[in-house]
Amino acid sequence: MKNRESIEIKTNSDSPLGARGHSFGLKYLLRKEFKQILRNKFLPKMIFVFPFMVLMVFPWAASYEIKNLNISVVDNDHSTFSQQLTQKIISSNYFKLTDVSPNYNKAIKSIESNQADIILEIPANFEKDLVTQQGAKVMVASNAVNGMKGGIGMTYLMGIITDFNTGILPKLIPSTASNNVTPSIQIDSQYRFNPNLNYRVFMVPALMVMILTLLCGFLPAVSIVFEKELGTMEQINVSPVPKSIFILAKLIPFWLIGFIVISIGFLVAWAVYGLIPAGYFSTIYIFAAIYIFAVSGLGIIISNYAATLQQAMFIVFFFMLIFIMMSGLYTPIDGMPEWGKWIAAFNPLKHFMEVMRAVYLKGSNLFELTKQLYALIGFAVIFNIWAVLSYRKNS
Amino acid sequence: MDNIQIQNTSKVIVAEQLTKTFGHFTAVDNISFEVEKGEIFGFLGANGAGKTTAMRMLCGLSIPTSGKGFVAGFDIYKQPELVKKNIGYMSQKFSLYDDLKVWENIELFGGIYGMKDKEIRLKTDELMHILNFENERNKLVGSLPLGFKQKLAFSVSIFHNPQVVFLDEPTGGVDPITRRQFWELIYDATSKGITVFVTTHYMDEAEYCDRVSIMVDGRIEALDSPKNLKMHFDAKNMDEVFQQLARKAKRVDS
Repeated sequence: MKNRESIEIKTNSDSPLGARGHSFGLKYLLRKEFKQILRNKFLPKMIFVFPFMVLMVFPWAASYEIKNLNISVVDNDHSTFSQQLTQKIISSNYFKLTDVSPNYNKAIKSIESNQADIILEIPANFEKDLVTQQGAKVMVASNAVNGMKGGIGMTYLMGIITDFNTGILPKLIPSTASNNVTPSIQIDSQYRFNPNLNYRVFMVPALMVMILTLLCGFLPAVSIVFEKELGTMEQINVSPVPKSIFILAKLIPFWLIGFIVISIGFLVAWAVYGLIPAGYFSTIYIFAAIYIFAVSGLGIIISNYAATLQQAMFIVFFFMLIFIMMSGLYTPIDGMPEWGKWIAAFNPLKHFMEVMRAVYLKGSNLFELTKQLYALIGFAVIFNIWAVLSYRKNS
Repeated sequence: MDNIQIQNTSKVIVAEQLTKTFGHFTAVDNISFEVEKGEIFGFLGANGAGKTTAMRMLCGLSIPTSGKGFVAGFDIYKQPELVKKNIGYMSQKFSLYDDLKVWENIELFGGIYGMKDKEIRLKTDELMHILNFENERNKLVGSLPLGFKQKLAFSVSIFHNPQVVFLDEPTGGVDPITRRQFWELIYDATSKGITVFVTTHYMDEAEYCDRVSIMVDGRIEALDSPKNLKMHFDAKNMDEVFQQLARKAKRVDS
C-alpha cells in the first residue's frame, strides 16, 4: 500500500502538469490582484484620499486646546479686586463671559440651559479677606457633562487665578515684600521634545499608524471575505494553489500600498506641519514593515472567521474602535486604570504609535525602542501563525 | 499511477462507502460508485439530497467522515492536493472574476494550474475561435450575458486539460438553446478523453448522460444508464423515474 502511493506521486510529478506546478501561480495571482485594485472604481481613490483627509483635517480639528469657554461669574463682592479678577479671566482669550449672575442658583440655571460651561463664584468679603487675612476663597464649578472640556476649563481657570494671586500679592503687602521675603519655589516648567505643546506634532505620527492599520490590516481582510461571498474563493480552493500563496498575493499589493502611503504621510507631515522626524526614517520603515506584517496577519485571522462581508465589517469596526481607544491616540495610557493598561499592552497600535512619536519627537533609535520592537515582532509571529492555522481550504 | 491503472483499468472516480456527517445530520450516507474514463456521469437528486456535498468531497473541498474515494488515481483523503491538480470544477455560483477581462480570467486559471504563458496564449486564441468569442476577448466578464459566462466558465474549468471535470448544476437559469450549446461543449470535452461528472435538475439533461445516479436522502437509490432506468421503473422518460424515486424522500427541502 505504502509502495503504491509513492509510485503514484512519482509518476504524477513526471507528468507535465506535476512538473510545471512548482511556481504555484503567484505571478498570476498578483497580476489579478493589482488589476482588480486598479480597476476598482472606489478603492484607489480611497487609498489616497483617506490618508490625506486624515492627516490634513484631523490634526487641526482634534485639539485639546479649548477656547471660548462660556463662563458665568457670580460676584457677591462687587469690589475692585473681584472686578480685576473677572477682567483678567475675560482677557485671557480662553473664556467668554456669558452673564454675571446675582447668585449661585441662577448661575447653575445657565449651566443647565447650556449657556455656561463653568461658574466662578466670588464670595462676599473677597477683597476684605484678601487684605486682612492675606487669602480668600473663590469657588469654581464646571459642567462635566463633557468631562474633558470641564476638566480643561477648570485647569485654565485655576491657572489664571494663581496668576492673579501672585500678581496682587506684592500690591497687598508692599512693605514686607522686599525685606520679608516669603520663601517660595519658582516653578519654571519646560516641555521637552515638543516645546510648544503642539498637539499636531504628536497627533500626526500617530494618525499615520491608524492609516496603516486600516490599509494593511483591514482592507485585505475585507477583500478575502468578499471573494468568499462571491464564490471565487471556492474556485481557488479547488485548484492546486497553496493557501499561503493565495494569501500572499492578497497581502503583497497592500504591503506596497502601505509603504507608499506612509511615505506620502512623511511628505504631508513635512509640507503641511513642518514635521521632520528627529530620528531616522529607516527606524520608522523597519518598524512599519514589522507592524504591517502583524496587522495583515490579524486581518487574515478576521477573514478566516468571518463568513460574510457583513460579519467582517463588524469585526473590523469592533477592533478598530478598541485599537484607537486603547492606543493612547487621544487619552494617555498612563491615565488608564490597571486593566486598561493591560488591554493597551496587547494593542499593536499602541506600540507602533509610541515608536512613531518617539522617533519623530525624541529621535529615538532602534536600540532605544527594543521593548516596542519585541512586542511588535511578537504580534507579527503570533498573528501570522494563528492566521495560517485557522485558514482552511477544505472542511 | 501505473499500478492503479492496472488494478482498475479505466476508473477515474471511485467512491467506496463515502459518508459525510455534520453533527447528527448525515448529508451523504455510505455511497459507492465508479465512473469510467470518458464517461458523462449524471448525478441527480432533489435539493438537499446531498449531491453537492458528495461532489465537494470528491473535489477535495470537504473531508469525508468515513469511506474512501479515489479521483484521477489519487486518494481524496490523503492526497487532496494531487486530486486538485488533475480535476476541473465549475460551481453553482458563477465563479470567474467579473472585474477581469475574458482573456485575463483564462490566463489566471491557466497560470495557477501551472501552464506556461505561451501555451496559455495559443490555447486562448484557439478557445476564442471555437466559442466564437473573438469580440468578447477584451470585455470584462461581468458585462457578458449569463449564457456566455457559463460557457466560458466551463471552458476555463477544462482549460488545463484535467482528467475529470465536476460540474455543479452548470446550466441553471439559461434558455434551452444555450443549454443545448453547453452540452455540445460537454460532448467535445469527452471526445478529448475528459470524464464529466455533472449534477443537474433538468431531466432532459439526464437523458444526455451515459449513466445516471439518483440520490435520495443522502443515499444512491438508483444507478444505471437512462435507458435501463426507464425500463426498470417502467417510465416514459427520466422525469418519471425521478418522480418515483424522489417521492420517497423524507428530508424537507431546505
